[in-house]
Amino acid sequence: MATAAGTVPQIEEAGGVWSWVTTVDHKRIGALYGLTALIFFLLGGVEALLVRTQLATPNGQVLDADLYNQLFTMHALTMIFLAIMPLGVAFFNYFVPLMVGARDVAFPRLNALSYWIFLSGGVLLTSSFFLGGAPDGGWFGYAPLSSEEFATTSKAMDFYVVGLLILGISSLMGALNFAVTIINMRAPGMTMMRLPVYIWMTLITAFLLILSLPVLTVALIQLLFDRNFTTNFFTPQAGGDPILWQHLFWIFGHPEVYILILPSFGIVSEVLPVFSRKPLFGYAAIVFAGVSIAVLGFVVWSHHMFTTGLATVPQIAFSASTMGIAIPTGIKVFNWLGTMYGGNIRFTTAMYYAVAFIAMFTIGGISGVMHASPPVDAQQQDTYFIVAHIHYVLFGGAIMGILAGVYYWFPKMTGRFLDEGLGKLNFWLVFIGMNLTFFPMHFLGIAGMPRRIYTYDSGLGWDTWNLVATIGSYTIALGMLVFLVAFFRAMRQEKTAGDNPWDAATLEWATSSPPPEHDFDVVPVVRDRDPLWYDRDHNIEPPEVPEHQHIHMPPPSYIPVVLALGVLLLGVGVLSHLAVTALGVVVILYSIWAWALEPTD
Amino acid sequence: MSCALSQPTLGGQILRFTARGLFLTGGVLLFVLALTWLLYVIFIDSAGEPMNQLGNEGTDAADITSLYNVVFWMAGAVFFAIMAITLVFSIMFRERPGREALQIHGNSRLEIMWTLIPVIIVAAIAIPSFEVIAARTGDAPDDALQVIATGHQWWFEFEYPEYGLVTANELYVPADRPVEVLLHSEDVIHSFWVPRLAGKVDMVPGHENRLFFTPTVVQEEAYYAQCAEFCGLSHANMRFRVFVREQADFDQWVQAQLADAAEPAEGLVAEGAQIFATSACVGCHTIRGTAAQAQVGPDLTHVGSRTTLASAMMANTPENMARWLLDPPAVKPGSKMPDLDLTDDQVAKLVAYLESLE
Repeated sequence: MATAAGTVPQIEEAGGVWSWVTTVDHKRIGALYGLTALIFFLLGGVEALLVRTQLATPNGQVLDADLYNQLFTMHALTMIFLAIMPLGVAFFNYFVPLMVGARDVAFPRLNALSYWIFLSGGVLLTSSFFLGGAPDGGWFGYAPLSSEEFATTSKAMDFYVVGLLILGISSLMGALNFAVTIINMRAPGMTMMRLPVYIWMTLITAFLLILSLPVLTVALIQLLFDRNFTTNFFTPQAGGDPILWQHLFWIFGHPEVYILILPSFGIVSEVLPVFSRKPLFGYAAIVFAGVSIAVLGFVVWSHHMFTTGLATVPQIAFSASTMGIAIPTGIKVFNWLGTMYGGNIRFTTAMYYAVAFIAMFTIGGISGVMHASPPVDAQQQDTYFIVAHIHYVLFGGAIMGILAGVYYWFPKMTGRFLDEGLGKLNFWLVFIGMNLTFFPMHFLGIAGMPRRIYTYDSGLGWDTWNLVATIGSYTIALGMLVFLVAFFRAMRQEKTAGDNPWDAATLEWATSSPPPEHDFDVVPVVRDRDPLWYDRDHNIEPPEVPEHQHIHMPPPSYIPVVLALGVLLLGVGVLSHLAVTALGVVVILYSIWAWALEPTD
Repeated sequence: MSCALSQPTLGGQILRFTARGLFLTGGVLLFVLALTWLLYVIFIDSAGEPMNQLGNEGTDAADITSLYNVVFWMAGAVFFAIMAITLVFSIMFRERPGREALQIHGNSRLEIMWTLIPVIIVAAIAIPSFEVIAARTGDAPDDALQVIATGHQWWFEFEYPEYGLVTANELYVPADRPVEVLLHSEDVIHSFWVPRLAGKVDMVPGHENRLFFTPTVVQEEAYYAQCAEFCGLSHANMRFRVFVREQADFDQWVQAQLADAAEPAEGLVAEGAQIFATSACVGCHTIRGTAAQAQVGPDLTHVGSRTTLASAMMANTPENMARWLLDPPAVKPGSKMPDLDLTDDQVAKLVAYLESLE
């Protein structure tokens, strides 16, 4: 067998750093995504704590205006692009092949490339703190504040542009990979309407990414050109229009919200039935509601722009479409409650998080409908009411769902359990902490506190609730410390989980915990929407494993890492010297060539 | 001790309600009701703060507030319902020995019902919303007082074309006459927001947005206002004040503001005027009646008559004025007015002069 550049001899159960660098195994890549995103999540949490510390008292002196603006901008960018999205992707990676009954994703090496490019983008964006200052223009980077004229003192907004462009490449490749995997690699009998809801939500998320990211890419490249090559897309003095940036950004930005929340919709749709010991209520309605939310998500973007001077008709149109989203969302909430109805509910930590998700996400949904009304939004926009809203959706929704997923799938991924005692402690600290932090922000909004201010005077009725919110944020931090303790303790335990400790219904529980590299000894056959429950209730034995079978798996490769390095150089070049970009191009071309010639076995 | 009150069925199974279950359910409902009420009380309390967004002192704010009330009741009802159902189900259907989970996949009638519930709620919010949209995006009344408000990093300029008057950071308007504010920006996007008088509208460079409202409540204190779109380093310090006055008092204010600056008297004030006229000050500021006619920074013709300094960051006192003049960026990060390296003596004289400009 010929070995070309890049191929690494395949070793069963290989260990060591090199095996992780060259891995194309979806489970290992999922683990890499998960651990990297956890680190970024903790970093984004520290950024939030600093912001909250500054705001704990009026006229706070902990941070200066400049650092505060960097921190609130980076908190959003870190949490959105480097924590919640990749935590979602970590589960996609680990569980999409397992849940559709496949042995890997459709394009394993592309999958590795996605991870390494994500890591490059994340490190590049974060390194800006040490290289002249982090982006400070808000995660939405509104022109003309982000333009060369008003952000000249540093490369901060170039880091923003380049960082997001690189991360966008990673997400786009991942999205295509998962879409192809879900559509083409389902096990025999796994029809579309037998797909686990989690897989449906992943598929919808993938399409949202494929359709929305190009819009952001166009906007970022225009901003890059405005800043570095004196084009004037967004410069009003030269005939450009800052409102154009807002349209482009939010055509991406609103679907992005669903990209963040839909995976968690999927997770709780798996967790609730398993621990209620009954099938999901209204499967088809939940699936089609998810699709409707995604479609409507593309026609609501201007609700982020109600105060920019929109005329009567667009205000009414975007208000109507936005309120329309309440309908499929309501269907989902009621169906989740319907799933609990009549159950025999085991309250594990995963279930605590899933139930809390329903309640907390609903609060975010209610406030969302409130400012779907443009006149109400004229008061709420850019106040702490909106900060409360987005955190109920993204923390109460997305993060609660992800934590439910962590506790639910941890035994499958590691063969070990997270301690339930520590888990409940973690849950209560996070749950109480998030409500202490974010509910008072509604009151602050009503009392008129604007967002993104590094300081405020006393006497406006903002002091008490700011202090409460800060105490809440430290409570969340304590809760996450408990999670880390539970995590490290669990990793020292024996692997006692067994194949299906929760008596769950989906295919990932049909194989060992953790699964072998090839996922399934025999590709499973799906006879029902809840395949393992069907087999259990009909006394269908797992298939015999043939002796001496050869399972072909893709070989490890270091080419994805090299190619990702080329992409990083491309970005670094834009920020430093074009010669570096040229080097990046060379590395990329070489890697593509080597990739093409790499043998597949 | 199961005493079946009624026998509704779902998925072919008879549902049983026990006395204990009903007792628990009642307790949970009371708890959630108390919680909803508590949150409501705090919301109402927050609406009493000086910059609250549920104001009634301007017609636009009042229109929004009455719409807000509809929205709030809907939100409260949904909050109560979902929290209650979630808690009740969590308690009623928790794991019990011998309990069998209902093996049902859905219920079309129920699903259609709870598709219609959000439709009705949303329609109840949408229809009054659309009416308010139409009212506030229409044309301002013909007799409206026009004010051009221009956002600068980080202060507000107000121009009254009707009187040929320019001032900064403190806006005076007569009660019971519509005001139409034309919104401009000199640099980045800002947002004009006087919560108790009107909803916010952005000040976008290259665009002319507008809003209008009729202030209805005269009060001695100012209405607090603040830029509501992130606009850079000192966004937090870009505030302004609005004073609503009786028509006669407003006219008097206009006449006073139209006058040229007071002639500097003897002593410190005159020396301060001399320093102002011969230093960098004149490069940016206007003081009508003197040679200072630049229009980069705020018009200072009557700066002594204002209640606040540095875009409503602080009260207009000689101490604060001195602190500002000594090192503006130290007070307001990023301030376009640089540290002019003034001596304490120069500052004292400038303070005397500027405070005399009433």
